[in-house]
Parts: sequence; C-alpha cells; structure tokens
Amino acid sequence: MSTAVGYAAVAGQVVLVGAGAPVVTGWMRQVRARLEGRAGAGVLQPWRDARKLLRKEPITPVGTGPAFRTAPALLVATTAVAAALVPLLSTDTPVSSHADLILVVALIALGTMALALAGLDTGTAFGGMGASREMTVAALVEPTILLSVFALSIPAGTTNIPAIVSGAAHEPARLASPAGLLATAALAVAVLAETGRIPVDNPSTHLELTMIHEAMVLEYAGPDLALVELGAQMRLTLLLGLLSSLFVPWGIATGSSWVALGVALVLFAAKICLLGAVLAAAEVFWAKVRLFRVPELLAGSFLLALLAVTASYFLSGVS
Amino acid sequence: MRNTHDIDVTELPQRAEELLTGGHRLALVAAHHDEHGLRVVYLFVAGPPDTRTELHVRLAPNQPEAVPTLAHLSFPAGRFEREMRDLFGIVPLDHPLPRRLVRHFHWPRGWYPMRPQAGPTPAFGEQEGPYPFLEVEGDGVYEIPVGPVHAGLIEPGHFRFSVVGETILKLKARLWFVHRGVEKLFQGRSVAAGLPLAERISGDTAVGHALAYCLAVEEATGTEVPLEAQNARAMLLELERIHNHVADLGMLCNDVGHGILNAHAQRVREQLLRLNKEVTGHRLLRGGVVPGGAALHALPDLVRLKAIGEDIREIADLALGHSTVHDRFTGTAILHTEAARTIGCLGYVARASGLGADARITHPFTPYDDTRLTVPVHDSGDVLARFLVRAEEIDVSLALIEHFTEGLSAPMAVLAPPSASGTTTLRTGVGLVEGWRGSITTRVELAPDGTLARVKPVDPSFFNWPALPVALADTIVPDFPLTNKSFNLSYAGNDL
Repeated sequence: MSTAVGYAAVAGQVVLVGAGAPVVTGWMRQVRARLEGRAGAGVLQPWRDARKLLRKEPITPVGTGPAFRTAPALLVATTAVAAALVPLLSTDTPVSSHADLILVVALIALGTMALALAGLDTGTAFGGMGASREMTVAALVEPTILLSVFALSIPAGTTNIPAIVSGAAHEPARLASPAGLLATAALAVAVLAETGRIPVDNPSTHLELTMIHEAMVLEYAGPDLALVELGAQMRLTLLLGLLSSLFVPWGIATGSSWVALGVALVLFAAKICLLGAVLAAAEVFWAKVRLFRVPELLAGSFLLALLAVTASYFLSGVS
Repeated sequence: MRNTHDIDVTELPQRAEELLTGGHRLALVAAHHDEHGLRVVYLFVAGPPDTRTELHVRLAPNQPEAVPTLAHLSFPAGRFEREMRDLFGIVPLDHPLPRRLVRHFHWPRGWYPMRPQAGPTPAFGEQEGPYPFLEVEGDGVYEIPVGPVHAGLIEPGHFRFSVVGETILKLKARLWFVHRGVEKLFQGRSVAAGLPLAERISGDTAVGHALAYCLAVEEATGTEVPLEAQNARAMLLELERIHNHVADLGMLCNDVGHGILNAHAQRVREQLLRLNKEVTGHRLLRGGVVPGGAALHALPDLVRLKAIGEDIREIADLALGHSTVHDRFTGTAILHTEAARTIGCLGYVARASGLGADARITHPFTPYDDTRLTVPVHDSGDVLARFLVRAEEIDVSLALIEHFTEGLSAPMAVLAPPSASGTTTLRTGVGLVEGWRGSITTRVELAPDGTLARVKPVDPSFFNWPALPVALADTIVPDFPLTNKSFNLSYAGNDL
C-alpha cells in the first residue's frame, strides 16, 4: 500500500509538473497582463501555442549535429527526472533516498548545458552569443545554489531533500533562523537567474540582441520548439516547487496515506499559483538590469548564501 | 528670402566654404536634368533670421558629369554626393569615401534610376559586384549580423556588429532596403496628386512631410496661405509630435523590460490617435494639410489633451523615478556635442547632445513669437538625454496646440485663393518644417504646365543615421536596441 502511494506520488509529481507547467506560465502571464491593464491571452495560451507548434513540420538548420537535435529531449528529460526526485507532493517515495540536492542541481545544470551546446551547434552568431551569456550566468548561479543548499543541509545533517523538507516541516524554527532566511533569499535570486526572468533576462522580449535564453533557441521550430518551451516552463515550475518545498514545507505528505497525498496536491497547486503570482507581480515593478550588472546581482546573492552558511555554523552551534 | 546664385563648377568649394563658415548648414543637394545638361542645386540654410541660399551649378552637355566634392567641408555633403552618384551617376571628384550608398550589389551596373532615359526598372543583370563589409580583425573579435528582417515590427535594415566580448568595436548599418523611387514617382504628377505621396514618404511623419511639400509648392506658385490655415497646420504638426513621442517613451521603457509603462504609454497613444481621427478624419493626421491651406473636421478637445498631458507626465516621472530604468538610460550610447555637430544631426538627437537647432525658430512658417516656444536642450547625449528632451517636448507641444487652437473654428477648410499662374518660367520653392524627428527640407520645381518637375524631400533621418554607430562605439551589444529606439530613425524616409 505504502509503495503504491509512493509511486502514485512520483507519477503525480512528474505529470503535474509536465502538464501544469504551461498553465503556470499562462497564469503568470495573465497576472502580469491584468496588473498592466491588458486583457491577456488567457491561462491556457501556452498549451495552445504548444498544440500549434506540434502540428508544424520539424525543421533543423543545415549543418547542425546531434547536440542540436537531442537538446530539447534532454532538457525535458532532465527536468522530468528532477521533478520525480524533488519532494513536491511527498517525502516518502520509492526514490526518496536518491533525491540528493546536489544531484537535482546537477540535473538542472545538465539541461542548461545541453541547450548551450545546441546554441553553439547552430553556428549562428545569436546561438553563440546566447550560449556564452547563459554560461556566464550559470557559472555565477551554480555556486549560489550549492552554498544555499549547504546552509540548509547543515541543520538537517544531510543533503537529501526529503530529509531536509520533513525535518523543516517538523521543526519550523529552522526556517525562521537567519540561516534559513538568508538561504531563501539567495536561492530565490538564483531561481530568477536560472529560469531567465526579469531582472536578469526578459522572457517576453522580441529584441534578439538583448536575449539570453531565447537567443540560444532562436533556431528551433515546430515540435522541437514546443519541447524547448515545455522544458523551460517545467524548469520554472520545478524550481518554484523546490523553493516552496524547502521554505514552506507544510502540507507535503510525509506518510503514506492517500488523503495526505490529495491534500498535498491541492496545497502544491495553491502554493505554486501564489508564488507564480507574486513573481509575476514583482516583475511588473522591476526592470531588466544592464547585462554587466547581472554579475553584481548574482554576486550579491552568492554573498547571501555565504552568510547563510556562516550563520548556520555560528548560530546552530554545529562546528 | 531665398537667394539663388548661378555659379561655375570651379567656384563651388569656395562658395560652399564661405556659407558653411558663415553659419549656414547644408540642408539639401538635388540634381536635375534640364534640357541643356545637368544642374545640381545646393541649398544652404541658416537662421534666425530665416536665410536660404541656393547655389546652382550647371554642367554643359559636353562637360563630364562630375562635380568637385564638398565632403571635406561638410559630412552631410559627402553623403548627399554619394546618393547623387548612385541615383544620377554624377561623380563627386576626389570624394574621400567613394563607396556606394543607396545601391545594393544586385542593382544593374551602369543603370541610374533618376536619369530621364533610365526607363522602367530593368531585370537584374550584370551586378555591380560585391560590397564587402569592413572586417575588424583581432583576438576574440567576432561579427553579429542582424537583419534586414527583424523579430519586431520594424523596418528593414542590416546591422553588422564587430564585437569583442559584449563591447561593440564597430557597427555598420546597411540600409536602403526600401527604395521605392519616391522622387521619380513625384515627377509629372499634379500638385494635388503629389500630396498623398508626400504623406507616405515616412508613414509616421504624414504632417511633417506634407507640410514641407505644401510650403514648397506654395512658394513656387506664389500662394499666400491665410494665417488661420497656417496656425491649423502648426497645431497638426504638434499633434503628430506628441503621438510619436509618447509611443517611443513607452517603447524605451519596454526595451529595458519595464512593460507596464509601455502598456500605459500605448494606451495614451491610442487616445491621441482617436483624437487625430476626430480632427482630420485620419488616425495619422493625413488629409489635414493640403496645398494652399488646411482642412479640419473638428478642433482637438483641449480638456482631454490636458488630461493626456498629465498622464504622460506621470508616465515619464515613473520611468525616471525607477532606479533600474534610470540606470539603463544614464550614460548609454553617448553622442558628444562635437560629433553631433560634425555629422550634422537634427531634431531631438541634436538637442539631446547640446545643439538647440529647431526649424520652428530658424524657419518659422507662421508666427511663433508670442507662443513662448522653448526648445528643450540637454547636453549629456545619452539615452536619458534623448528621453528627457522628448518628454519635455510633449509639454511644449501641448502648450503650442492650446495656443494655435485659439481663434480656429471647425469644421474648416481654409484654402488660399488660386494665384495668378501661367508664367512659363521654371518655378521653384523650398519648404522647411520641424517634424517630430527634426527639420524636414523639401524642394520643389514646377514645370511650365504646373505639374511637378522635380521634388526632393530630405528626412532628418538622412542626417542622423551616421550618428547611431558613432554613439554606439564602446557600448555593449544588449544596449543596442535601446539606443536604436532612442534615435528612432526612419528607414523609409532615409531611403525614399
């Protein structure tokens, strides 16, 4: 019985992230449109876009190799695996023992890497430019994510995410500690950078020269583009889910009951919608910083992560 | 008001130098095919007081089709000469940069579209040959080609960036993808049939180009336009300035990822376009300015304009008060005063770099004396300065609209009484108008039968385009779209 719930939880996580990600993106766009006084295209627009793209014929540019062709599938696959590992619905699943935070970060980085290679593979100026910018940002984001992970794993004594999450759910004081708050802030900035949101990148721009993520995928069309967009949307949902699991862990099923799983599902959807709405609302008030200011922003978040680690050493008495 | 001097071709450089050092600027160069050979007209203007001086150089049929270059005296002159060479085949002698300007490499060799015997466009035949870009070489230098087809709804232009890291070492803009042969299309039309063409030289400058055309035609025909019509025209000119400025203020915010201000700026623009439709029957103000007068369906609602003005002021204040937006604008793509002066920049680009020229002051077509017209000038030359100049110009324009609307009644169609024409001499006229982009110059020559023999419009974009790469030196690539939008030059007005 318990394994049945566990498998259901894993399957639920993957399906929820896969099917829900476009809706989350549509929801964020809709929130933003309404706040800006526009009508908006509706929550389901990303799914309609995907349907349109899937009906088109697949086209690949002349001279591209396996890196270009496998990247969309690799991006979606790594994100799906990460979605299975991260305790979005339940901390007690058959894969819980493998759900190491470093592994999840590595999976996400693998997806980024695949897209950057695909950008380079096209041989166009934009692909190369986008890949170079994406790698610059990624190189600055990775240490921040790893450091905030350490800050969180120190009180739990492990880098296993389900253990961190269930520990925090039972002992909320860990989250309210300076280390927890600093790590939250650092990870939030890192998530913004990793998912290409304002103020680091502008996902809705049409200006090729300012793009980071979009510049890498300019050459994709049809079903491949649909996959790339789905991958990017899944990453956003997954990272928002990771943030909420780490810092608002309440409601995630820790046992093996169907009821708890159902509650977790509803709460997860609510948390993601709320977090997405907050992010969309914040984006209305922000503007994109100059590209050369991005390292300053990320250095700031790195500093926060570093402080979080320091704080968790000094304040928790672990030495 | 306009002095015409027929001079010998050898005198040209000396006379031009005298005029340029005497405070004139070269506003227009137009070649003509007369019965007895070629004639090149150089129009120099200065003001105030409104001074216009023309130098006419005649080339007899037995003389070579060549003129001495003025490129060493004036940068715009060099560009006019290159344009003339490409369209007429008149060679500027000793030109320091004798490369093609208008002609793309697929144009047939030896075919000059403005020559009378040019005929219809021939099939692409023997090409002019390759037209390579200058390659910047060095460690880590790479090229980014952009366009001519862009991701946004903008006009076509090809930009070739030579970049090291993210810093632009050199930008080469290759335009001239939208050559429609406007000058040729004017020839042989009646004055009335020329108006729709003038309104479409650059779609966003319908009033500016129509007005410059009408002023030129009226000078050529000796038409006295009533003051009421001139004031209505001045009012329309400012309406056009506002709706273009407000759209660009919004788009500048959008280009730095601050979309909400763009949404509101476009909302305000839509209100203005609807107001335009009430006033002239066309959202872009076509049909308001007509040869000999002006036609209004209604007067602009000043109460609504006041509310719109407050809206715009709030949008501009919010943009400037936003630390990230302000930071993105400040110090980006600086065009220094000296560079702007040498290149011959006009309009808000010049006024953001400390040059306060404005045709409403130097060449007024209706009295601006008691309007308290102030020309906003900033001297930092960056995107912020261009933003500020345009935001402040909106306030000035609103005050002008209020001033000129007084004493007008609507609906109105004021036309000058038809002048006693019938003289058989070649009649010429020049129109100078401060359009929203800058000073527009149009020179018209009428044939004895009253049709248009030659119309040469010059959009300020023709002067301002070379300033864009200069301002972009040492700017980073992601700031290019912002800079381009802050200049917002016309491709069609430049190309004709």
